[in-house]
Amino acid sequence: MSIKQTLVVIGNGMVGQHFLASLVASPAQDQYDIVTFCEEPRPAYDRVHLSAFFSGTTAKELSLVEDGFFEQNGITIHLGDKAATIDRAAKIVTSAKGVTIRYDKLVLATGSYPFVPPVEGHDRAQCLVYRTIEDLEAMTAAAKTGRVGTVVGGGLLGLEAAKALKDLGLETHIVEFAPRLMAVQLDEAGGAMLRRKIEDLGVIVHTGKNTSLITDGETCVNKMCFADGEELETDMVLFSAGIRPRDDIARACGLEVGQRGGIVIDNDCKTSDPDIYAIGECALWNGMIYGLVAPGYAMARTAVANLTGQEGSFTGADMSTKLKLMGVDVASIGDAHARSQGAMVYSYQNGADEIYKRLVVSADGKKLLGAVLVGEASGYSTLLQYCLNGIELPENPDALILPHRSDESVGLGPDALPASAVICSCYNVSKGNICSAIETGCTTVDGLKKETQASTGCGGCSALLKSVLNSELAKQGYEVNTDLCEHFAYTRQELHALVRVGQIKTFDDLLAKHGKGLGCEICKPVAGNIFASQWNEHILEKSHTGLQDTNDTFLANMQKDGTYSVVPRITGGEISPDMLIALGQVGKKYKLYTKITGGQRVDLFGATLEQLPLIWKELIDAGFESGHAYGKSLRTVKSCVGSSWCRYGVDDSVGLAIELENRYKGLRSPHKIKFAVSGCTRECAEAQSKDIGIIATENGWNLYVCGNGGMKPRHADLFATGLDKATLIKYIDRVLSFYVRTADRLQRTSVWMENMEGGLDYLKSVIIDDKLGLGEQLEQQMQHVIDTYHCEWKTTIEDASKLKRFHHFINSDATDDNVVFVEERGQIRPARDDERKQFNLVEVA
Amino acid sequence: MQWTDVCSVSDLQENSGVCALVNGVQVAIFYLPTDEQGVYAINNYDPIGKANVLSRGIIGDIKGHKVVASPLYKEHFDLQTGACLEDDTVTVPVYACQIENGRVQVDTHLVALIENSTNAQQQGVSA
Repeated sequence: MSIKQTLVVIGNGMVGQHFLASLVASPAQDQYDIVTFCEEPRPAYDRVHLSAFFSGTTAKELSLVEDGFFEQNGITIHLGDKAATIDRAAKIVTSAKGVTIRYDKLVLATGSYPFVPPVEGHDRAQCLVYRTIEDLEAMTAAAKTGRVGTVVGGGLLGLEAAKALKDLGLETHIVEFAPRLMAVQLDEAGGAMLRRKIEDLGVIVHTGKNTSLITDGETCVNKMCFADGEELETDMVLFSAGIRPRDDIARACGLEVGQRGGIVIDNDCKTSDPDIYAIGECALWNGMIYGLVAPGYAMARTAVANLTGQEGSFTGADMSTKLKLMGVDVASIGDAHARSQGAMVYSYQNGADEIYKRLVVSADGKKLLGAVLVGEASGYSTLLQYCLNGIELPENPDALILPHRSDESVGLGPDALPASAVICSCYNVSKGNICSAIETGCTTVDGLKKETQASTGCGGCSALLKSVLNSELAKQGYEVNTDLCEHFAYTRQELHALVRVGQIKTFDDLLAKHGKGLGCEICKPVAGNIFASQWNEHILEKSHTGLQDTNDTFLANMQKDGTYSVVPRITGGEISPDMLIALGQVGKKYKLYTKITGGQRVDLFGATLEQLPLIWKELIDAGFESGHAYGKSLRTVKSCVGSSWCRYGVDDSVGLAIELENRYKGLRSPHKIKFAVSGCTRECAEAQSKDIGIIATENGWNLYVCGNGGMKPRHADLFATGLDKATLIKYIDRVLSFYVRTADRLQRTSVWMENMEGGLDYLKSVIIDDKLGLGEQLEQQMQHVIDTYHCEWKTTIEDASKLKRFHHFINSDATDDNVVFVEERGQIRPARDDERKQFNLVEVA
Repeated sequence: MQWTDVCSVSDLQENSGVCALVNGVQVAIFYLPTDEQGVYAINNYDPIGKANVLSRGIIGDIKGHKVVASPLYKEHFDLQTGACLEDDTVTVPVYACQIENGRVQVDTHLVALIENSTNAQQQGVSA
């Protein structure tokens, strides 16, 4: 057994806390006893959103530390105690209050302090800085007596601070030394546009001002005197003129620091002493201090990796930023100032709407080097992609910053649809209607449903509606939330991995480990579906019952009046006369409406809850089994009659269809799956409109994947040709297992593949070339489902406890008197409202 | 309170619903074993889907409200107030419900009262 080492972390700011959280989440966390010092009286909080404090957010809400975090993870925290000295020879840290700790490894996350220019009078009353919650409290107190506030510094932080002063109700000024606002990020025209917008908000901006003295004011507490002779009366002076690394403790113990400050670190985030790391704003990497939180977090993760024997290094960070400053969108990407050799500039200026955009492009016009966006930053994500990934620009790069016309379409997926495309055919809602609703502020699916009625009819377009919404929001620069629902901050794919890796088998366990609240009708069926495809227990096991949609609960399909339809499996659409008679007899006995489905089966409608087990008892005795029409699962494998009978048939399509349907029946998947097998290229089984389509040729089977009919039909893509049966089955096993693992909720194979980066070629490389090395695992996963297949109806009718639910009332044998049928063309159908009224009248009379 | 004995707790479905017939009214009873109140009762009729199906919906919580999602079109109904979260013009009747010595009880008085007023409204509409 190894003895635990002691790890001391100096500083519990955002980066220090991120380090701790990453460390305790890492597999090797048991290696260390962890001690941390925090100079402030409270543990880490969100400094990025500090100004929210003035719009009512409390210190507790800003906290980044969950209750009990330190206790639960065995971390000792010394709150309100500052680490004062480091003795590197003895490896001892001593605090201001006299605590001494011997360390094996030490992490410096001391952060930075606000730079206050050495102007005479800088320490007068009401001259404050903007960094900690205590600073904010001092500002609040000062604002109570003052009328005017001035921020020194017109950078990112300065503008944030100006917002805080506005929120405090002060007349607000910004004083900037440089000739424009946000001089680091913006070019001259961008800075000018930003200034106009900020001034529109009632903030007075003074640029090119060098403060030489702060002294007694006449109308206010203070007066600022500038080098050009002008003066400004102000009560509060708020310094926000940049940050300086807090490297004093490192300096004192002889660690290497930069000329202008900052603790020098290497790519491992190690300082000049290999047992000491530095991360965040106190660290100097490659001559650079990173004053943003994301690079600090990256350093924290690097240090954790290094301390726990994993791979990881810090090699710089992108400083592109996008933010809303006082309600104004501002973004800067890469080389915003066009300093690169030969750089060319495109710019777009719209004085009426106060929008400014600028692109910096390489000399050959092919690569994006930088960009500036003021007033409208919707293109940020796209531009950042171009810049970071070196994607070749379109022929006319200015198209990227010129205003979009509504009927323009770019790319694939929902973007490829024209504005006139009808999304919801129930209510005839076009993509254009949806987009204009989004533009007026509808940013949720529910909001769009209310506003446009889309997806409030049959609901069949809900997935498409959501993808249009996501794509539009992304275009407008919103961050698209891919959380499954309010209970799980994960996608279905991520949840699937968590279930698989964590061996999670119940919803309670999943919720306790990865979610919150009680769950809902979105996450519960998804969890039930993942459990079914991963562990394949009976879906009506007690712990799974509450998870299932009513169709899965009662193993039948609910119809509009609350009755159910029953679909027994008819593999490959092949059925003997005797079986057909048996089916007919059941239909007749229970007076069910009978219809042939598109998948070559028979659907029996109008069964009440109490009839379902009786019906299935008879069907099972006759040799039928569940058709899984109620589940998100394999439905049918349609076939043409094939070479056994057909004059043109090349191979036995019916035989293969039956074999495949028996192989994959019962497989639970993100959405329904349909197959078809055609015996020759005449394609009578319509295989190219299925998720999995197979066509016989002289040279073997051709495999098509990811097609579907439905509201947005898609032809399947040719995936592989001339296959023997073993290879064919291997590929299908892999494609389906991969789909089950990685698709979103209710995502058909077509959308799954279209959204996949690299599309069909990538899918081929995963399945055929086994690029991810997953092939064997995917086949095993499928084999497990095949080996554990059971007819859900057979298991159910043999288990009295599962049958208990199949009554309309728990305390009575009565039936639902709201279920009323009338006769049409010799069969039953649910009564319409007008017919129902007549019926009621008759009954009352 | 006038409690009517409905069934045993063991007749309920954990974290799910059942339907009971109480004084001629269809009552959907939902059972959350880990919840303080434990049982919730609302009318089983989905006024939007127009069918007696709410007991067969999935239960959960949406923004702090305990809800059932209709199995037909997935609107959420608040188990405590009967309000429809998607349409504020729609509510379903809510009934008092409790567990006493392992038995489930519904307040029949309240059921009758609310049901009468709903009937009266419906008649008013159709007339």
